[in-house]
Amino acid sequence: MNDLSLETMSNEYYDVLKEIGNIGAGNATTALAQMIGSKVDMAVPQVKLLEFQEVGSMMGGEEQIMAGICLAVEGDITGSIMFLLQQEAAKHLITKLMPGMGDENSMDFTEMELSALKEVGNIIAGSYLNSLSSLTNLTIYPSVPDLAVDMAGAILSIPAIQFGTIGDHILLIQTQFIDEKSLEGYFILLPDLDSYSKILASLGISF
Amino acid sequence: MSEMIKVGMADLKICVAPDTITTQGLGSCVGVAIRDPQTGIGGLAHVMLPDSQAIKNNSNIPKFADTGIVELVRQIVARGGSRNRLVAKIAGGAQMFSFQSKSDMVRIGERNAEACKKKLQEMRIPILAEDTGLNYGRTVIFHPATGDFVIRAVGKPERKI
Repeated sequence: MNDLSLETMSNEYYDVLKEIGNIGAGNATTALAQMIGSKVDMAVPQVKLLEFQEVGSMMGGEEQIMAGICLAVEGDITGSIMFLLQQEAAKHLITKLMPGMGDENSMDFTEMELSALKEVGNIIAGSYLNSLSSLTNLTIYPSVPDLAVDMAGAILSIPAIQFGTIGDHILLIQTQFIDEKSLEGYFILLPDLDSYSKILASLGISF
Repeated sequence: MSEMIKVGMADLKICVAPDTITTQGLGSCVGVAIRDPQTGIGGLAHVMLPDSQAIKNNSNIPKFADTGIVELVRQIVARGGSRNRLVAKIAGGAQMFSFQSKSDMVRIGERNAEACKKKLQEMRIPILAEDTGLNYGRTVIFHPATGDFVIRAVGKPERKI
């Protein structure tokens, strides 16, 4: 069994993640701006290593409703990637994406809005994976995205469980998109155990 | 005045009636509620993974179905609950995302629920009710006084099992 643990992982890995997060979020911001047809800024992403208990409260409580988009990843590395957005931010984004098509007054999502949201998540997560792929020279194929709109705790249980197999912390990248509102988004990269070493090795990092 | 005690992810706590105990946003994790009906001593575990033996880094006891349930029972009995009277209810173990993946992590909710049931059966603790599976998150509130296990989900009416 692998001795890998996030607690002992080198700072270099975090720096790499931050850089990938930076480039990925940059690409995602450009894609987002094109989609909604207006200027979007971003703040420098933050890489955070949190205890399970801290994650829910950071996102506004375990019961905060979030939209989570999850893609399975195959190719040179395997695993999945998740992108999370608060309900309000998700609503704001898709209202801008297709004005007048959804119900702006309701916090619930119509079928059409859910579909648009899935596509937004797909493009954002895809931008992130592209930057990971070009930095590491690894081939990465994302799957069709799947979407869940539910309590933060419930959505986060998926990455938490996966991180739970190697430790008691969860590693995430917090990004901020700013158009007229500031929107918090969270990336969680979930490589399968043997893919961690592939990512690190491809970047020439020993661990 | 009764108090509501909060249990976090991969954690467990006990309480005595009229206090109640809750855990929020269960996804693929499972909430295991156990009580002694006569004394009103009960507890709740928020289990994340089915088997501590399958993982090297397994010092976090409440994280696993096998070790978490044993520890929950130990604490209830230590507080004055009777080992022979204990009964259980479980909720959670949802599958939040449906896409196909090679990883058996996809079925983790189902496996968590199965592992909890197996451990409870092994320990001869009757499971009086369960609300597991499907594809949505659950917040649970356990009342050790009555045994009521209240389940809340987004966009669904509150349930009591």
